[in-house]
Amino acid sequence: MGTDDVFDEMWGRSGGLRSPYEVFSAWFDGEDPRRLRLKQREAEDLFRLMGITFNVYGRDEAEERLIPFDIVPRIISGREWRRLSRGIEQRVRAINQFLYDIYHRQEIIRAGRIPAEMISRNSAFLPQMCGVSPPGGVYTHIVGIDLVRTGEDQFYVLEDNARTPSGVSYMLENRETMLHMFPELFSGNRVQPVQNYPGDLRRSLAASLPPATSGSPRVAVLTPGLYNSAYFEHAFLADQMGVELVEGHDLQVVDGRVAMRTTRGYQPIDVLYRRVDDEFLDPLNFNPDSQLGVPGIMDVYRAGGITIANAPGTGIADDKAIYSYMPEIVEFYTGERPLLENVPTWRCSEPDSLAYVIDNLADLVVKEVHGSGGYGMLIGPTSTKQERASFTRKLRARPDNYIAQPTLSLSTVPIFTRSGLAPRHVDLRPFVLVSPEGVKITSGGLTRVALKKGSLVVNSSQGGGTKDTWVLED
Amino acid sequence: MLGRTANGLFWMYRYLERAENTSRLVETGQRIALTRLGSTDDQWRPVLESAGVAAGYDVAHETLSKDSAIDWMLRASDNTSSVMSSIGAARHNARQVRTALTEDVWEAINGAYMETRGMLARKVVERDLPKVLGTIRQRAALVRGATHGTMLRNDIYDFARIGTFLERADNTARILDVKYYVLLPSVLSVGTSLDNVQWETILQSVSARGGFQMEYGNSAGPRDIARFLILDRRMPRSLAFCVGKIVSNLGYLVTDYGERSAAADKADALAGAFASKSIDDIFDQGLHEFLQEVLAQLAALGHQIEIDYRFYE
Repeated sequence: MGTDDVFDEMWGRSGGLRSPYEVFSAWFDGEDPRRLRLKQREAEDLFRLMGITFNVYGRDEAEERLIPFDIVPRIISGREWRRLSRGIEQRVRAINQFLYDIYHRQEIIRAGRIPAEMISRNSAFLPQMCGVSPPGGVYTHIVGIDLVRTGEDQFYVLEDNARTPSGVSYMLENRETMLHMFPELFSGNRVQPVQNYPGDLRRSLAASLPPATSGSPRVAVLTPGLYNSAYFEHAFLADQMGVELVEGHDLQVVDGRVAMRTTRGYQPIDVLYRRVDDEFLDPLNFNPDSQLGVPGIMDVYRAGGITIANAPGTGIADDKAIYSYMPEIVEFYTGERPLLENVPTWRCSEPDSLAYVIDNLADLVVKEVHGSGGYGMLIGPTSTKQERASFTRKLRARPDNYIAQPTLSLSTVPIFTRSGLAPRHVDLRPFVLVSPEGVKITSGGLTRVALKKGSLVVNSSQGGGTKDTWVLED
Repeated sequence: MLGRTANGLFWMYRYLERAENTSRLVETGQRIALTRLGSTDDQWRPVLESAGVAAGYDVAHETLSKDSAIDWMLRASDNTSSVMSSIGAARHNARQVRTALTEDVWEAINGAYMETRGMLARKVVERDLPKVLGTIRQRAALVRGATHGTMLRNDIYDFARIGTFLERADNTARILDVKYYVLLPSVLSVGTSLDNVQWETILQSVSARGGFQMEYGNSAGPRDIARFLILDRRMPRSLAFCVGKIVSNLGYLVTDYGERSAAADKADALAGAFASKSIDDIFDQGLHEFLQEVLAQLAALGHQIEIDYRFYE
């Protein structure tokens, strides 16, 4: 099934079944496709009933959509996973050290490894964070590292999500759904569990308690509310952790603490897992029009009255221009060679790079430095002449707003279609928790899959789906 | 618990109860239309009034017809108390308080919403009406059952129950008040078939026909109906029963929080009125006046609960 230039994770390049898929393949061959089609529909009904939906921006408020789910698991061997984990841990530690440094002495700039204007002129840099030391030096409590694979041993980091990575609820619900529908598959494979994530998250957040905490730390999840595209996930995580799900208008600063309005009066919060962007967090310190945040929370934060997870200002570490410096960043802080590779990246702010990018637009992917969700990007090989012309104009007008990368030949994993198994491109987002007690990586993650044949865009907002991701015990 | 969560729970269950009550009123209206010879479209006016949606209907319609009355009560999106609007609002509140609900309760309310939305996507043809109404009631019962069977008996449950019984008391009082005149002693109408239709409407609107007959037989009069629906503490939709439940659940909150509330005092006062009065006292005072007073007290109680438990900023 695999073709020569694309690595298929089930069939390799040559069509020989790879070992992590052996048990699955034997099971699949013995299944009646009609039963599987029914199961596929059953999965969708289950998702709808459980309310595992996302809201699409710019559409009717009432519209809640399902992210398509494919029943073929994405399977990773224990050996492969251990290798990835080491690389992820190294990278996440470096990111936190980088953030501490950027908001303190900026040694990396003094050492000439990153140009000063990369930081000072970056809109994700928050001067309000300078000199602030979050508990344990942890800035990114929750991180999602997006990985792609191009061959048996070739993995690349596509991007680091250090602000508010989403999708972990799908990792958990996809597993629940698979357990519900195909228990026999789990009897035959030794799949490492992911269900410990909510417990780990709560422990990890509680371990990041601020100096003001007395007694056992009180944790809450801050959501922008019902109409946010990830509201389901916010509610799900609060529910699974057994903590309150709060909105900005439930909170106010009382006696130097951030407190929530309960049926029995105001009660202080120690650790706030916020799913609200920096800009909206505090109308007194950032966007004055924000209805989503808490006036004065930054002052409480600076005084050690609350832990905000992730810390404000972490965006400076996952911006796509900084991404291109990640190999240097990892080396600078860990003194080791990076275990995970970066995708080669042209910074269009550099004149030579810009010229190269414009000349080779048809072969490159061009992304906005602060973009996400697959919006505002150009995929060279599938673009039209007009699109390339219009992007050339954008590049010349604001070169420092863009980076470019070669189009990688992403690996494929089969999905279940009307005509049987068919390969589709995938990526992988493992979820990482960081606390003063250490780094914890859940064995699994969110596999996103481009459902359209040949497509490389896996974003759920653009027709991507998800799969359960298995890490096997060796 | 967050004040906002208490608010969401309270309204989720109020709206659920309202959806069920409205569907029961549609069923009553339809039954009367089918079983009484010479019934006319006008008979839908008291049904609309009992549901508290007559004024809105008149704004949106020029004439009264059976079909448009049913549609108004079941589906109209500009009627905030239609079955569809109520179930939508109940589910909206449930999403808002998702973390306070068990998975069973969430799936029951979400399932109720999905099925109702499917059934009410188009005008309901008369042939399908019994099935549609039956399904709505079953779905509501499923949410109640899941609540009863899976929720912890803590403050979450208390707010859910308080919302349920405030809505139900309000509903029963309103049905009685719309029809109070047929329960008054009158030389002209005693024993006529008109009375019987009206009495039957009242009893059916609160699913009390069977229970009433079991207790009072066929020979009972209007005063017995009033006593049954106002004072009988065995009847789960009577005012005394509903207020008794509100008193209990507010009492649990007082114990739980270790703090007496103004709402608990108000509820106690209301319950006291039911305990001390006989049906004759109520008729002497004036049934309509009594019911108006109860409706006002229920509204004041709801408002006090909002304040005491910090529903809003």
